[in-house]
Amino acid sequence: MSANNDQEMLPKKIRDELSEQTKGVSEAKAKKAAEAIVQEYQNAQVEPGESVGIVSAESIGEPGTQMTLNTFHFAGVAEMNVTMGLPRIIEILDGRSEISTPMMEIYLKGANAKGKDVQEIALSIKETKLNEITTGFHIDIAERSVTIELNEEKMRMFGITMNHVNNALKGTKGYTLSSGKEGIVLKKKDKEENINALYVDKEKLKQLHIKGVKGISQVLPIKRGDEYIIITAGTNLKEVLGLDFVDESRTVSNDIYEIAATLGIEAARQTIINEVFKVIESQGLNVDIRHIMLVADTMCNLGVVKGITRYGVVSEKASVLARASFETPIKHIINASLIGEEDKLDSVVENVMINQPTPVGTGLPGLAVKVHK
Amino acid sequence: MAEEQDVKSAEAELKAGMMPGQAADPEVGSKEGSKSGSKEGLTAEGEAQPKPEGAAGELKRAESQDRLVSKSVKSIIFSVFSPTLIKKMASSKVVTPELYDKEGYPVDGGLMDIRLGVIDPGLKCKTCGSKLKECSGHFGYIELARPIIHIKFIDLVLNLLKCSCRDCGRILIPKNKIDKAKKELADIEREMGIEERRRSVKDIIASLKTINKCPWCNVKQQKITIEKPTTFLEAEKRISPIEIRARLEKIPDDDLELFGLSPKHMRPEWSVLTILPIPPVTMRPSITLESGERSEDDLTHKLGDIVRINQRLFENINAGAPEIIIEDLWDLLQYHVTTYFDNEVAQLPPARHRSGQPLKTLTERIKSKEGRIRHNLAGKRTNFSARTVISPDPMLEINEVGVPYEIAMKLTVPERVNPWNIAYLKQFVKNGPKKYPGANYVVRPDGKKKKLTDETIEASMEELQPGYIVERQLLDGDIAVFNRQPSLHRMSMMCHRIKILPYRTLRLNPVVCHPYNADFDGDEMNLHIPQTEEARAEAEILMEVQTQLISPRYGLSVIGCIQDSISGIYLLTRDMEVSRHIAIDLLAATGLTEFSRLPKKEKITGKEVVSALLPDDFNFTGRSKTPMSRSSSAKGRAEGTIVEIRGGKLVNGVLDSNNLGEGSGLLLRTLHKRYGKEFTIDLLGKLFRLGIEVLLRFGFSAIISDTDLPENAQKAIRETLEQAERDVQELISLFQNNKLDTFPGRTLRETLELRILEVLNKARNRTGEIVAEFASPNSPTMVMAESGARGNLLNLAQMAACVGQQAMRGKRIEKGYHGRTLSSFKKGDLSSSARGFIANGFKSGLNPHEFFFGAMTGRDSLMDTALRTPKSGYLYRRLANAMQDLKVEYDHTVRDAAKRIIQFIYGEDGVDVSKSENGVINVSRIIETMVEGK
Repeated sequence: MSANNDQEMLPKKIRDELSEQTKGVSEAKAKKAAEAIVQEYQNAQVEPGESVGIVSAESIGEPGTQMTLNTFHFAGVAEMNVTMGLPRIIEILDGRSEISTPMMEIYLKGANAKGKDVQEIALSIKETKLNEITTGFHIDIAERSVTIELNEEKMRMFGITMNHVNNALKGTKGYTLSSGKEGIVLKKKDKEENINALYVDKEKLKQLHIKGVKGISQVLPIKRGDEYIIITAGTNLKEVLGLDFVDESRTVSNDIYEIAATLGIEAARQTIINEVFKVIESQGLNVDIRHIMLVADTMCNLGVVKGITRYGVVSEKASVLARASFETPIKHIINASLIGEEDKLDSVVENVMINQPTPVGTGLPGLAVKVHK
Repeated sequence: MAEEQDVKSAEAELKAGMMPGQAADPEVGSKEGSKSGSKEGLTAEGEAQPKPEGAAGELKRAESQDRLVSKSVKSIIFSVFSPTLIKKMASSKVVTPELYDKEGYPVDGGLMDIRLGVIDPGLKCKTCGSKLKECSGHFGYIELARPIIHIKFIDLVLNLLKCSCRDCGRILIPKNKIDKAKKELADIEREMGIEERRRSVKDIIASLKTINKCPWCNVKQQKITIEKPTTFLEAEKRISPIEIRARLEKIPDDDLELFGLSPKHMRPEWSVLTILPIPPVTMRPSITLESGERSEDDLTHKLGDIVRINQRLFENINAGAPEIIIEDLWDLLQYHVTTYFDNEVAQLPPARHRSGQPLKTLTERIKSKEGRIRHNLAGKRTNFSARTVISPDPMLEINEVGVPYEIAMKLTVPERVNPWNIAYLKQFVKNGPKKYPGANYVVRPDGKKKKLTDETIEASMEELQPGYIVERQLLDGDIAVFNRQPSLHRMSMMCHRIKILPYRTLRLNPVVCHPYNADFDGDEMNLHIPQTEEARAEAEILMEVQTQLISPRYGLSVIGCIQDSISGIYLLTRDMEVSRHIAIDLLAATGLTEFSRLPKKEKITGKEVVSALLPDDFNFTGRSKTPMSRSSSAKGRAEGTIVEIRGGKLVNGVLDSNNLGEGSGLLLRTLHKRYGKEFTIDLLGKLFRLGIEVLLRFGFSAIISDTDLPENAQKAIRETLEQAERDVQELISLFQNNKLDTFPGRTLRETLELRILEVLNKARNRTGEIVAEFASPNSPTMVMAESGARGNLLNLAQMAACVGQQAMRGKRIEKGYHGRTLSSFKKGDLSSSARGFIANGFKSGLNPHEFFFGAMTGRDSLMDTALRTPKSGYLYRRLANAMQDLKVEYDHTVRDAAKRIIQFIYGEDGVDVSKSENGVINVSRIIETMVEGK
């Protein structure tokens, strides 16, 4: 049994810490210390049968009662307004695809990270819609046309030129473009006197995407540590990661589904861990990261993000009774009876229901004793 | 959790003895449990249910004697009753809606027929011959005059009708594709489980709905629709249930697989009922009211309706009544059968009692929190438990619980008589139930239980011999499980040792308040006495307080000194110096009897007093809460922050909540690691008592003058607040003149709000600093705040100087009237006081509008708490339900019940949090001890 071999089994983090701290210590002592740590590590291992699931659920559920509900978190002046506290945890664990405050943290490469042109970059990412740079839309019923009055001051502010606008407007079908006295005039091609359609089109035009990355409604360049990053409201990870000034290795979104779609399930799992941990930390609570990992792993186990709801994780359970004891029992029992489903009674609630020991912890091992008559 | 005892009494009365009985048959149990539960809980005397007699009873007894498990349930298969099976298992056919004859005797062929089981004492079941409580009841059946569609299979029937041929009954998939589809389904089930298979079945069905020509016999298919709840239409014409049943019968077994059915367990035509099983009377017992009147169960009422209409339908058919009348009766029967299964069908009016209250039929019995599954099956009730108000007693050990005599004399522990303890146990029997310590029952080897009364004591004494069981009253040192709801984590249920005490409350050491989240403002707690050796061993080894010391949530001690005890030790270790005899007095109060570790001198410092409790080879370095600058003396200022214990001597620093409190600091954790749980728990108890003793001896009262400030400090505060007020005005005028620089991504107005908030918060913090600087560091209020015993500097500052900005939803208050918060302000007033800044302190008193703002945020936070509790409770329930079957397997993987791997190694390193130190292996500590300690 060599000490070196044993050290191999230590997690990298502990090994690094060990070698860091035993620098300048005599070899014999270092070896002794290493052995002690291996011993300690082995003693601290979980015992088989430990019902880690319940422990994790308790560890997140119990502090949940202490979390605040309506926190809108501004840490200082220059921060985005994000949902925090219990609502955010619920949102994450539900596995909702639409989250209330989608957000990105965009890290920049090279000189940009040092603050070069950050403001400009930020503005270039921000999605600008047509009605943000106009003073008004007018409909001429007789002419069957829409006139768009542009606001030049705002255009300058957002860094938008006429070219941008014209390019965007090119896509509108069924209209001829011309520039009039008051602005851009769109004249309807067909002769139908459908005024309603004109109104609908006008409303559509207001939301026309002119410039920037779709879905990003607000940008906020801030300095974190000694580099500049851009925080955005709204996310579009796929497009942002494709921009050449973005450091794609560190840029994150808080939308789990988006992460799962663009970066894969492992990244989604990590995002769940990060996001839940962020909330718990901000509430000043102490919950070990292992518990959050276990929750995240349960949610991502099947390769897609499943919420902790009756449609998600719980519906995947093998036991009919376990599913029935959660929600909508009748549905589960009836569906089970249609195919003659068998409940093998190998999890907890079913055994509680029929008054038998549960197969976790001390209920796990079987013991056979030979009795001498 | 919610399923735990709900026995509560308005008065804080003692309730020892039994909780409502554990019901063998859940059906019976629920009825009795809910009606008589609270009554029984109050008055029960720990009396066990009378044991059954007869052959079955004998067998049960023999089993319980040896505690042998002869059989266990391995699995449960769900399936649907076929009409033949219903008929086969029925013990009677119900033909009349009448229940009792004139003598009050159940009518033969009625719904209360005694062939269906007995619910009256004295009667014997005609089917099995057993008496009340022995016979678990038997099913009967009725023959329906016309077929009725089962409401729970409506969707299934619709799918089947739509996707099978109306003529030949085959599924609408061509011959060549059918095998492929079957194989695909089988593959999906094998690879992804039943749930995924269900989903693909749904897809298949959806794809078939549009096919309008049978690929087998080329018959054109009609469009089938449903008129909810139970009418089917084909091409706008009604299909009668007879026709539906005929069509379902035609579907061959081979095709059922593709509809997600297993023909062995469910034939489609079974979803149209021709025969209805009648549940045994034991699951719908009637209750006799005080007036002698009988009140029938909801189910019996509903079944009565069904039988009545069914008979009428029969008569009308036989008499050859017109079709309309028959149709009407048929529909009515359909309604009754539907509501019998489910009285909450969306399109139907619920069937009601005469009083207008809806009937609780089958579905409602099973569903929801109060339903069978969550209330009776997943939630259990227990005997041998007690519940009362709790109160504190620091002189108890941490793992003890003080139990009143009244409770101790009701609750019992069974002890088996053997040649070595017979004399000892006889003493209990001799004392009987009325003299402590006595016994309440004697159980003979044949299982017969005898209650001890003044009359039976003599006989029982004579009788007692090895093999008997004496149920003796509680003694000091017995094991009990102690619990407080809500049981949010495993530390909410811990095992304590019993200490019998006078008075009428359960008592616990205040140190364990934190894991239970208990206080003494009227809280009640439950006590359970394990009854078998296995249960006691498990409780002792796994649940005792010292084993729960380290939280599995964060790997630090969940219990620690609290409140006064922290203040006491803080004062002691800070700068106290006492004479030798006082030091000995203090230590003696902790329970210490050996004082040789005290230095041999007349004047002993507080640090040395505390050191006397520590083991002499203990080394520890940590940090205290108290910052360096805050200490009463210059010498004190030099120390602080770093707490150093060398060789069991506290050489530097003060002990405060950072090291003594729960969930913080590593002092307790390190002690636990080095010296074990027993030692830690003992030391903690001593430290706690020491802290309290210090305060007892030297006095400690928080008074109003603690918040007094010197004149110059008050002036400084006033100036700070006035300056802030001016700054805010300045900002507002900048805003009004449009000269304010906007923050990126914000509007002008938002910028203003942020800037104002910043200014006001700064001002409030500044006043806090002033208070901290000038308030007397020796005032009890300050001591509490500094040591972390209770309150913080902010609280003190709010009392002494300035309450600060009241914020709602992260903003200054803006609700109320148009453009203003209160009618005492001008419209559009953005100044600090008009938007919820409270410049006064609590001591100087609040202005009316300030008070109002305070009330606003106060109520807001009250609402928050009220809304949060159910939300987080639901989240917790979902989490627990989703993760309850995850466990670490012998190969160290984390798997669920289906043996799916969730994690290859728990938490990426396999470390159990409750064995770690705040979630990590403390490398530096180990190296330190290894390197220093050679």
